[in-house]
Amino acid sequence: MTRTNDIILRTTTTLIAFILLGFSIYLFFAGHNAPGGGFIGGLMTSAAIILMYMAYGIQAMEKILPINFRQIIPVGLIIAAATGIGGMIFNAPFLTQTFAYFQLPILGKTELATALLFDLGVYLAVVGVTMTIILTIANDRG
Amino acid sequence: MSNLTVLPILLPLVAGIIVAFIHKKTTLTRNLSKVFAVVNFLIVGWVFLHVKNQGTLVLEMGSWEAPFGIVLVGDLLAMTLVLTTNIIAVACVFFAPQSLTEKEESFYFYTFFFMLISGVSGAFLTGDLFNLFVFFEVLLMASYGLIVLGNGKAQLRESIKYVLINLFSSMLFVTTIAFLYSVVGTVNMAQAAQRVQEVEQQGVLTTIAILFFFVFATKAAVFPLYYWLPRPYISPNPVVSALFGALLTKVGVYSILRTFTLIFNHEVGLTHSLFIYLAALTMIFGVIGAISTNNIKLIVAYNIIPAVGFMLMGIGIFTEVSISGTIYYLVHDMIIKGVLFLLVGATAYVAGTSDLRKMSGLIHHYPVLGWLFFLASLVLAGIPPFSGFIGKLQLIRGGLGEEEIMIVLVALLSSLLILFSMIRIFIRGYWGDKIEIPVPEREKKGKKMALPAAALLTLSVLLGVGAEWFFPTIQSISQYIMDPEIYIDSVLKE
Repeated sequence: MTRTNDIILRTTTTLIAFILLGFSIYLFFAGHNAPGGGFIGGLMTSAAIILMYMAYGIQAMEKILPINFRQIIPVGLIIAAATGIGGMIFNAPFLTQTFAYFQLPILGKTELATALLFDLGVYLAVVGVTMTIILTIANDRG
Repeated sequence: MSNLTVLPILLPLVAGIIVAFIHKKTTLTRNLSKVFAVVNFLIVGWVFLHVKNQGTLVLEMGSWEAPFGIVLVGDLLAMTLVLTTNIIAVACVFFAPQSLTEKEESFYFYTFFFMLISGVSGAFLTGDLFNLFVFFEVLLMASYGLIVLGNGKAQLRESIKYVLINLFSSMLFVTTIAFLYSVVGTVNMAQAAQRVQEVEQQGVLTTIAILFFFVFATKAAVFPLYYWLPRPYISPNPVVSALFGALLTKVGVYSILRTFTLIFNHEVGLTHSLFIYLAALTMIFGVIGAISTNNIKLIVAYNIIPAVGFMLMGIGIFTEVSISGTIYYLVHDMIIKGVLFLLVGATAYVAGTSDLRKMSGLIHHYPVLGWLFFLASLVLAGIPPFSGFIGKLQLIRGGLGEEEIMIVLVALLSSLLILFSMIRIFIRGYWGDKIEIPVPEREKKGKKMALPAAALLTLSVLLGVGAEWFFPTIQSISQYIMDPEIYIDSVLKE
């Protein structure tokens, strides 16, 4: 079987995947004050990764991105659960969130909330679940 | 501190996540899960005692006040059921290594298991209807995972039915919550209960109440909606069947009990008399199923249905006595269904078949298993010193007090038929001619399987023999249930 030459697909993918990843991170951080958040950010990241999978194939991607996506799910869950437990340590009810203002180098005065950590957990869980579903089905050749 | 209320949900959740990280190291996961389950049980037992002594614990999650945030209400009813859930979880986690293959264990069995426990505990503890839906989904998702675990042909077929019917009823659940939200403007149970009394259009609320009943009755397998239950419950591994039979339908019964004593108690004449008729039909059709088959697993699975009928009967009669009967029966039935599914699983395992016509004389090889089964049958049917008796006695007393003679007669008759259906397994399977030990290589494992079931059964016997210790607690729960103002005040703090 001869392989088709998909140079146009691969070249554009490198560019588009980069933009997609950037946009997904923007969406993830925008969630507090604008539409966005962990869920849509995670979906967008998985979309970028899947685009790369489609252009480069599974073998190449496993070399570039040696991540077991199935293990990402419990990592996300434990982060989300830990933000809830964090509230309990400070003697507040479960899942109590807090925030503070910090002077960051480039961004200036920024509001950092623990809700962001919860969102990070959601983000990782969504990426893990989506990638696991798609890669499991895609790998199924039996 | 009120954070205690979240522990029964949080601990299994964290345990499930931790176990997911190391799912390939089977021995480690197995032992760690046992430790987690026992620790869980001890902590929940401690929280239960705390609630029993100090009264209801209300946790406003994320520090948001009651009607606006999510509340977890750890009252005595919820904590009793959570404690029972954890007792069954401990027995099942010790039974699991005997009946599961190593491959099945490594495919996230313990993660699904802990998620199921977490979902069930959450459904018992939540004080918010939409959260009840979410926890229903958590436990259903885990049960979807468990039902197909092992990859059998029958499992695949039955899981499709199971998933379809549960998706349909969940969809209806969301729709019904939307209806209730548009009428009363809240999904917090306490505030909904308060506002239901103020709404002028009572007709629409009755419609919503019946829709809720339809949803929960599908989950709990009440008469016209039980057709999905028996076969999906017997196709997975015995330990999964035990978890399902002990926990899942009871969450539906609990939801009916909670919503129809707290929120929808305005049109008792219509809704609760409907319950009585449906309870009678549930009992009749359940026992007919149980005596119609020769598959021992199916007999036990069909026996879930009349038990749901008994509990529904207590809710339908709606007096303090009958509600206490329902609660006692609920606790008793969770434990005994766990025992029966474990025992019947072990029996089918050692006999190499679940067809009653193909087994005989097992008592010569497995005396412990046989006598445990005999005892469990007596407990299930409600023979006096055991726990089934006290629940049924209270239900029948309640029924006679309200002069519901029909349901009392049906209940007594179906008890007899339940005993018949169970003792048939004992007589045909365990008595009879001694035959060669059917599958010799399974002898050792089969004997080990009896141990967790025996521990659960001891508890069940204790629940009956020591009824004097347990009954005052049950009675105070039933007084509490019959007076929804206490619940509303403890949540809304007015």
